[in-house]
Amino acid sequence: MTEVERQNYDVVVIGAGGAGLRAAIEARQRGLTTAVICKSLFGKAHTVMAEGGCAASMGNVNSNDSWQVHFRDTMRGGKFLNNWRMAELHAMEAPDRVWELETYGALFDRTEDGRISQRNFGGHTYPRLAHVGDRTGLELIRTMQQKIVSLQQEDKAEFGDYEAKLKVFQECTITELLKDDSGAISGAFGYWRESGRFVLFETGAVIMATGGIGKSFQVTSNSWEYTGDGHALAMRAGASLINMEFVQFHPTGMVWPPSVKGILVTEGVRGDGGVLKNSEGKRFMFDYVPDVFKGQYAETEEEADRWYTDPDNNRRTPDLLPRDEVARAINTEVKEGRGSPHGGVYLDIASRMPAEEIKRRLPSMYHQFKELADVDITAEPMEVGPTCHYVMGGIEVDPDTGESTVPGLFAAGECSGGMHGSNRLGGNSLSDLLVFGRRAGLGAANYVESLERKPVVLQSDIDTAARAAVSPFEPSESEGARENPYTLQHELQQTMNELVGIIRTADEIERALGRLAEIRARVRNVVVEGHRQFNPGWHLAIDLRNMMVVSEAVAKAALLRTESRGGHTRDDFPMLDSDWRNKLLVCRASGDDAVVPDVSVERKDQVPMRQDLLELFELSELEKYYTEAELTTHPAAQGDTA
Amino acid sequence: MSSYQGQFRVWRGDSDGGSLEDFEVEVNEGEVVLDIIHRLQATQTPDLAVRWNCKAGKCGSCSAEVNGRPRLLCMTRMSLFEKDEVITVTPMRSFSIVRDLVTDVSYNYEKAREVQAFTPPGKLQPGEYRMQQEDVQRSQEFRKCIECFLCQDTCHVVRDHEENKLAFSGPRFLMRIAELEMHPLDAADRRDTAQDDHGLGYCNITKCCTEVCPENIKITDNALIPMKERVAGRRYDPVVWLGNKLFKRGK
Amino acid sequence: MTATDTGVHAPPRPRLPVPSLRTDRWWVPPLLTVVGLSIFVIYATFRAFQQDYYWVGDYHYLTPFYSPCMSNGCLEGAAHFGRFLPDHPLIPYAALSLPFLLLFRLTCYYYRKAYYRSFWLSPPACAVPEPHTRYTGETRLPLILQNVHRYFFYAAVIISVINTYDAILAFHSPDGGFGLGLGNIILVTNVVLLWCYTLSCHSCRHVTGGRLKHFSKHPVRYWLWTKVSALNTRHMEFAWITIGTLILTDLYVFLVASGAIADPRIIG
Repeated sequence: MTEVERQNYDVVVIGAGGAGLRAAIEARQRGLTTAVICKSLFGKAHTVMAEGGCAASMGNVNSNDSWQVHFRDTMRGGKFLNNWRMAELHAMEAPDRVWELETYGALFDRTEDGRISQRNFGGHTYPRLAHVGDRTGLELIRTMQQKIVSLQQEDKAEFGDYEAKLKVFQECTITELLKDDSGAISGAFGYWRESGRFVLFETGAVIMATGGIGKSFQVTSNSWEYTGDGHALAMRAGASLINMEFVQFHPTGMVWPPSVKGILVTEGVRGDGGVLKNSEGKRFMFDYVPDVFKGQYAETEEEADRWYTDPDNNRRTPDLLPRDEVARAINTEVKEGRGSPHGGVYLDIASRMPAEEIKRRLPSMYHQFKELADVDITAEPMEVGPTCHYVMGGIEVDPDTGESTVPGLFAAGECSGGMHGSNRLGGNSLSDLLVFGRRAGLGAANYVESLERKPVVLQSDIDTAARAAVSPFEPSESEGARENPYTLQHELQQTMNELVGIIRTADEIERALGRLAEIRARVRNVVVEGHRQFNPGWHLAIDLRNMMVVSEAVAKAALLRTESRGGHTRDDFPMLDSDWRNKLLVCRASGDDAVVPDVSVERKDQVPMRQDLLELFELSELEKYYTEAELTTHPAAQGDTA
Repeated sequence: MSSYQGQFRVWRGDSDGGSLEDFEVEVNEGEVVLDIIHRLQATQTPDLAVRWNCKAGKCGSCSAEVNGRPRLLCMTRMSLFEKDEVITVTPMRSFSIVRDLVTDVSYNYEKAREVQAFTPPGKLQPGEYRMQQEDVQRSQEFRKCIECFLCQDTCHVVRDHEENKLAFSGPRFLMRIAELEMHPLDAADRRDTAQDDHGLGYCNITKCCTEVCPENIKITDNALIPMKERVAGRRYDPVVWLGNKLFKRGK
Repeated sequence: MTATDTGVHAPPRPRLPVPSLRTDRWWVPPLLTVVGLSIFVIYATFRAFQQDYYWVGDYHYLTPFYSPCMSNGCLEGAAHFGRFLPDHPLIPYAALSLPFLLLFRLTCYYYRKAYYRSFWLSPPACAVPEPHTRYTGETRLPLILQNVHRYFFYAAVIISVINTYDAILAFHSPDGGFGLGLGNIILVTNVVLLWCYTLSCHSCRHVTGGRLKHFSKHPVRYWLWTKVSALNTRHMEFAWITIGTLILTDLYVFLVASGAIADPRIIG
């Protein structure tokens, strides 16, 4: 029998980024005992990397903005594959969630009349992003961290213990979700990174808020934590994932020097006036406005430049097209030989505004380039190229409650799927975290309160989970070389980057699947040195299993979707296909390997959009995405036939 | 691309003891010390413990000491050093050791929890907050803090005196108090608690916190000294004291 | 408690063989500070008690070390505000201003940093252990008195006004009319820099606007605060520069008054 520390909570939140913290705040405010578990130190989550802002249609800068406009922008950005109910809830609730942060102590940049200032961003019709310079994510995470402290201070006053109701378990990794015999969540099993000792959380509800999968790609803006833990754990617990083929490559990551390749350059640079240029000095984005966006973007440089000061009478610059479009354009420019010396393109803000202004508006970008690349962005252009940034796919959840297909398992933020469709707009992730973090917290609270009895953890499950966790220390007797986890991780990242990256073909994806199968076999032979106390080799060996599973889900879904849409571009099927618009690809675990299961993918139809939402769009726009049969209910279409 | 063999000396050990171990490892152009630590992990010492996350100077995880100076490993470029220089990497020395370059930073989280949270103004509803940019700017500077705890590590008040950890919250959290004190809508008066509960008086403004701050926050000039001045105004200003006595103002 | 079981050598800390691994010459800045401050203190003490060569009657040059000159021993022309202090070798002629100027600098946030680091080695340099086993900072007497810096700032403002008055009176020629010489340029430069040092003080920054919670409600004080803040970033520079100009100004008056050199005249 395995010795484990036992913890007992009403709700367990895995992940302490924006979504996790918001969920925890909500569950605690409902009076439930809540645990927050994170792999890193508290406050270091990847949310701190979000720079540009948090989208919410408060209308502080342009009063024409409304949730309907935000909803439309979000659906367009996602190429109408989004879960419309999520997009609706998101657009409606985002302003309240932002205002709420102010009551927690957040200090956003202000407008002249003292409201929260909002900035322009790709795909957003109006200035919509609440921001703090270019460190908005840090502000969000710190604000919620401090809100948690504030709740703990209340508990201290009432119960004499800061951690009476809400406790953060930092540097703790969950390796397994446990279920009772009815199939409902009963607990989560993991280990303390510091000591390597096991810990069991007995709980009725688990909220996944583990973020993304970017670490499966070589060039990424994501940190080591982004190994798809939530995706993989949920899948192994029987939940389904959707939209895994859609991976967002942020158009502007650093490309030089090699050690910082992939680090994010905020879209705020373009929102504030920065422009993309190729090696010939040409603003090439004017050549890449796709048909579906024709007429919505400026056609001359003069008009684009006027738009910054007079947005009502001019159209926006195509530098601010949705991210997938810009990333593909940069990719093409580089491929056709018009790239910068280190394989990117130029992002120029230096010639667009005075040095002092740049330092004031983009302090951390200035700092980042100065310190890491020795480039002064107030004097010379940056070199940028696409970097893996975000996965639109994730755990399939109920839009209103965040509950997955497994009872008691909830998800919010990047590890949940559906909200962003095939491509996420910049600024929509921070608002996503807040809106659905809160909803998942509420959903879990309601679920736990409705339980008649607390699900029970089986000892045999604990023993199995413990064995799986320490297996890398015990090389199997059988055949096969002893594998180094660092080497395997590198090969996996290379495979995904080269073969399932920004531009895909059936041939390449199949090759990737072949290589993944080979790596999967070797993952079983991973051996780590040393002992269990803070051993990064061991930590990686465990994370690697999750990376393996999510990489397979991405590749398999990408192979099936024979069209190009948002974050999924098939060179062999370069066009948007209306027949694919309402099709979701659902990934599930299959096979008998419990630790690194096989992935099966099947198609599923989306629920059609509610009529009143459908009517928010012009028929002419919908026709670019929908099949004719789907649009017969639109009033304009009925007008045609009448 | 030029690369060379760098000479590294890394502290390895735990609470039972440890030692500086020498390594020779490849260094490429444009790399930072954290890259080298990762290369060591991948090629020579797979279980070398180090904290890191974003590798872009935004999360404040990879705090350690390089050649005796508190630094972020991800923001310490190798071009700072001579090629034949021995680069010594050690854990932060103000905190308890866990393993190798990883220290127990719980002191900071305990202190964070003792700072009274933002106290919202009673009458305002969410969405009704109005603040001017010039009024939030001072606190915004302090909110750039990435909580790398290098200032806490370098501050001699606790670095050289373990026993002061009880009474002294350190520059990071005195700055947090200053941030709230300057927050235009915070309803609490934090001057007494800064002095009595968080040990502002221990600070002798020798500015090492400012020197090591990777975010270039002027901790001493903009947070600690203004806070000391506010405390002085409340506690040590004879005119104010007399006025309070005569007119029975204040607490 | 001994020095070996506290601080960086306390048992829970990583056990390293040496107190500091810094490889740079960290001891240079504190050493320079000791040298610089010592020179000033020795020179100033000598001059304050010399009670001679502080006034150039022809041109009305008065050294700042003797301003305001209030002792019965003061030369008549040098005493702009009357003479009432007893004339005694241990009472400097400017005994009403010098203590305040000394205390203004002694409690100055920059000088505190400078001498805590260099004279008291607390700490000598960042991440270099200090040699003391106990440390209470400015929490108790006498160092808690550093908190009254603000009052010495107010005094320093008054004395700066007097110095300015002295510098204006010094535009004087032997025939009683307007005069201008090298000494005037030196006196004026010194006064301007003294103002820069005084107004860049952290206490000044606090009283002009720093103490406000809402800048937006006090536009004039906010404007003042931004100007003082800009000066304040150079407070350390002004602290050193004014040490230099004080010595230089005083030395110049000393040399002219003693007849060692003649003041090059431009007018009169």
